[in-house]
Amino acid sequence: MTAMGVLSQLLALVTALLLAPLLTGWVNQWRHWLQNKSAPGVLQPYRMLHKLFKKESLVAEHASQLFRMAPYVKFGCMLLACAIIPTLSTDLPLSPAADAIALVGLFALARVFISLAAMDIGTAFGSLGARREMLVGFLAEPALLMVLFCASMITRSTSLTVIVETLANRELAIYPSLLLAGVAFTMVSLAENARVPVDNPDTHLELTMIHEALILEYSARHLALLEWAASLKLFAYSCIGLALFFPWGVAEAGTPLAMLLALPVLFFKLALGGMAMAFIEMVSAKMRIFRVPEFLGTAFLLAVIGLLVNVLLGVG
Amino acid sequence: MHSFAHPATWLHLDWVLVVVLAWLLIGAAGVMALRRFRFVATVLFPLGAFFSIVLMAVALSAAFADPEVAVLPLGLPQLPFHLRLDSLSAFFLLLIGGVSAGVSTFAAGYFRQGEGTPPGLICLEYHVFLASIALVVLADDAYVFMVVWETMAFSSFFLVMANHRILEIRRAGYLYMLVAHIGALGILLCFGLLQANTGDYTFANMRSQHLTPFWGSVAFCLAVFGFGAKAGLLPLHAWLPEAHPAAPSPFSALMSGVMLKIALYGILRVGFDLLQTRIWWWGVLLMAVGLASALFGVVFSTVQVEMKRLLAYSSIENIGLICAGLGLSMLFASYDMHAFAALALTAALYHTISHAFFKSLLFCSTGAVLHATGERSLGKLGGLMRFMPWVAWPTLIGVLSCAGLPPFGGFVAEWLLLQSFLFTTGLPSSFLDMLVPVMAAMIALIAALSGYTMVKYFGVIFLGQPRDEKLANAHDAGLWERLGMLWLAVGCVVLGLFPNQMIAVMDPVTKLLVQAGLAHTVADSGWLLVPVHMDRASYAPAIFLLGVLTAFGLTFLLVRKLYHGRMRRVPSWDCGHPWQTARMQDSAEGFGQPIRQIFEPFFRMDRHLPTAFDAQPSYKVQVEDPLWYWLYLPLVRLVEWVSRLVGLLQQGRIAVYLMYSFVTLIVVLLVVKR
Amino acid sequence: MTAFAPQFINLFATLILLLSFAMISQRRIVSLINLFAIQGAALVAASFLLGYVTHQPDLYVSGALTLVLKVLFIPWMLHRLIRRLNVRWDVETLLNIPTTMLVGIGLVIFAFSLALPVSRLSDSIAGGSLGIALACVLLSFMMMITRSKAVPQVIGFLSMENGLIFAATTVTNGMPMIVEFGIALDVLVGVLILGVFMFQIREKFDSLDIHNLETLKDDQT
Repeated sequence: MTAMGVLSQLLALVTALLLAPLLTGWVNQWRHWLQNKSAPGVLQPYRMLHKLFKKESLVAEHASQLFRMAPYVKFGCMLLACAIIPTLSTDLPLSPAADAIALVGLFALARVFISLAAMDIGTAFGSLGARREMLVGFLAEPALLMVLFCASMITRSTSLTVIVETLANRELAIYPSLLLAGVAFTMVSLAENARVPVDNPDTHLELTMIHEALILEYSARHLALLEWAASLKLFAYSCIGLALFFPWGVAEAGTPLAMLLALPVLFFKLALGGMAMAFIEMVSAKMRIFRVPEFLGTAFLLAVIGLLVNVLLGVG
Repeated sequence: MHSFAHPATWLHLDWVLVVVLAWLLIGAAGVMALRRFRFVATVLFPLGAFFSIVLMAVALSAAFADPEVAVLPLGLPQLPFHLRLDSLSAFFLLLIGGVSAGVSTFAAGYFRQGEGTPPGLICLEYHVFLASIALVVLADDAYVFMVVWETMAFSSFFLVMANHRILEIRRAGYLYMLVAHIGALGILLCFGLLQANTGDYTFANMRSQHLTPFWGSVAFCLAVFGFGAKAGLLPLHAWLPEAHPAAPSPFSALMSGVMLKIALYGILRVGFDLLQTRIWWWGVLLMAVGLASALFGVVFSTVQVEMKRLLAYSSIENIGLICAGLGLSMLFASYDMHAFAALALTAALYHTISHAFFKSLLFCSTGAVLHATGERSLGKLGGLMRFMPWVAWPTLIGVLSCAGLPPFGGFVAEWLLLQSFLFTTGLPSSFLDMLVPVMAAMIALIAALSGYTMVKYFGVIFLGQPRDEKLANAHDAGLWERLGMLWLAVGCVVLGLFPNQMIAVMDPVTKLLVQAGLAHTVADSGWLLVPVHMDRASYAPAIFLLGVLTAFGLTFLLVRKLYHGRMRRVPSWDCGHPWQTARMQDSAEGFGQPIRQIFEPFFRMDRHLPTAFDAQPSYKVQVEDPLWYWLYLPLVRLVEWVSRLVGLLQQGRIAVYLMYSFVTLIVVLLVVKR
Repeated sequence: MTAFAPQFINLFATLILLLSFAMISQRRIVSLINLFAIQGAALVAASFLLGYVTHQPDLYVSGALTLVLKVLFIPWMLHRLIRRLNVRWDVETLLNIPTTMLVGIGLVIFAFSLALPVSRLSDSIAGGSLGIALACVLLSFMMMITRSKAVPQVIGFLSMENGLIFAATTVTNGMPMIVEFGIALDVLVGVLILGVFMFQIREKFDSLDIHNLETLKDDQT
């Protein structure tokens, strides 16, 4: 654990905190432009966070401490997730503390806490949201795990920094299983980040909402933290995708100058990724909630086939 | 033989026997004070808990010591009791001691007057149960093993039937006894095969026998059958969802937490220790049976509407997962990949001990809820967190551990298991190479589904609005109950945060069974859990927890500092709906409906849907176990048919019976003449 | 470029497998036809690449044939057929989609475990993709069995043929030309006949559900 390592870790954290709402704003911007509407501006999420933090928090009368604790827990989990994913550099002192499986566990912990908090108030919307969130989660979590396993089988490690270093440094090779894993990962990240075709982030209709139903009872700073955590989750998923499928440009340990280059490269990659996500959202229609398990089941099975292709082709 | 006069020279085995004797004496004292409820509850049970803690300490010390043997002068003249304490026994004694300490403390506060069996008798049965379980893991020959196994079965039968005045409980008890005896028959036959015609039933002799692959396989299958019946593996699981809810909660906790593990001890002892050969398809069989049970258990637990049945099916799931780990370990061992076998075995053992702790914690919480509200159906509970915080918060720890979430114990076990599945592409058979990643995928799916179940369990019972007005009278748990639950919760947390130390305790066990251990890689890494190599995988639960807590704390403080922390209590928003009742939130059945819909082929459902023309529309759905109808009932009919055939012999006329004797005499004379 | 050829072949193989699996999980006939066209395009690209690397002009011809038939002509014809028959957009299945996908995974495991020892012996440049091609064939066959409308069955049949051609191309560097032409002609004729057949079914029963064909059998009661 060197000073350089601590610095790069802090830099990664700060970048995540600051860039995540910008990424959300960028994706929203492109969604509006692609639908020929005028957009609110890329900095809108920051303004909203500021507005929410200033307000007084209204909490239901019989809400328990779990309800008030859950936004902080989710925010903490997302922050830790962003801390262990190699975004700018692979020299992260915190990364041995949690590998790919623990990363999936982090997301699961956040999901369980938020679902429990939604059930806490005891309204119809809360339990609806909790049930749907767990339904999406029970298939999305194994699918994400299998995608990470595909990469782990190739690089013989489950530590994210080692995966990135190995994939970036190998001579240019095309891994067919990563194609399957990539398709599966796109489907999973659409589902987990509450995007069309699984959930509409703009909606407020009970027929269609998952994420909105979970945060319905929250206000002010709790809501601000949950929105920020959702942006951090989108950022984390984008960075996982970049780390697995486009790992070039991330600085290695002991190369401080490369980190200066890594920041614009990250910007560029995230911008392209955001545009792609907005495009996918535009061309898809939201599917019925009963089709979502099929959608995620397809993603899961594609990832499993990716693992099998790995074994067949003798990789890893 | 060493002298008994100097306690300082006592072996660990002697101390364990002292604890066993103490428990038997406590039981006897209970019989003397048959109806003195106060005395039994506040003196005898806590005394039992104290001896459990002593057992834990002895077991920890014995785990690193050499194996010890003893021969007790009990039993038959030619067959005295042989006892042996090696590292495998020490591990299970640690489990027994740790869990029973918490459960005995809980039971001290649990009992109320007038529940069928007198409290003194319950005290006797309970402590005899504990003593026999401890002796099972010490047994070193088949005779004492079967004696204490049967004692364990009988004492648990009486515990299940504690409220024997209720018909369902009697039925559950008889079913339990039946399956337990079918299993015992399997175990007996297995031992018969293992002693290979030498007439010497000690385990030491069985270890030195070399059976042919055929007879070894038959013995292994009999062992899986016999011990699987006790563990609740498919298809011999039907007694579990009946018996565990029927017993009073502390005993359900012990049965689920400890007794099922003793069945796994049996598989470990016979499969890994007594049988010296390893054949690859034994591992595949265990894995297949384990995964089938796990999937079955978790899918059924998601749709249950009664809290103890939900936990019982969840136990089937966890036992299935442990068996899958054992199967993987055996598969590796049969191909001489000892390091990976040790990894898989450590994962299975870790899951065993964490399941023991979190499942007993959850069953104890159902006991507290049942006492406070009188309800066991999830449809009438809700919102209990406000009224019973001392029960709710430890239960939350148990729930998070059961769902396999970091940083608790259940996650470490799952992490180790997934690691052992990942690095497997060195297997010689291509089919197995394909199959193993698929099984890893299934385990991930099962773990995610168990998260679903646990959110349902905690959310429906403790969160939301109370679904019944009587729930406002729910009182919180008493002092003993709180202590018991806290002990078990602390156990879950310790298992989650200090995996390196636990693995150091398991290392002698894996060295004994698969000739390799993880401790040397683990010990070098300090705070990190590194099973194979730093570059391959690492996990540090303490740093993980610290990270989340720091983020939590910093955020809290910063928000307060930079903005403010004002809060006001108002009625809930509910999207502007003016009226809301407790019936508008999800019922237990509603929460499980998506899973019921996705996994419909697994269930046998009886549904009655309302039509538009009903004067009084009603909706009824009943979800049942299809194996009961496909396997058990046909078997029962077969047995009845055979019995009827045999019953033809009973003619009722003396002349016929005399003729039977006459014919037998003639046949015997003919045979002897040859 | 030649150094990358095996990896590209494997990539195309995986793409074809991905598309076969996607076709099984599809619910709409229009996207089914489009996926089939993309699968044909991947097959064409693989043939061209293999022809370039192994210097066999036969593969160019075979690739061109596949391009004309499978990527351009047949999808266009199927689209036209659908519009004229006014077929509803939903694919109706005998097993529900999740079960179909699970059976699909089982078939993939089966195909892979069969092909693993064979591919290690093959000395062709792309021996590893035999298992993938076999899996595609099995998946398409299953699609044919579990669909109850005529158009998805036709597509299943054609996609199975795609898989077979791919297997032949990669393992043995193509089939003899005469066999290739013969198969292509058979496929073309088969599709034309199936198109006529579909018209007939539609006229008789006013629907393309093949369950109606069962009413044609002689009832002896």
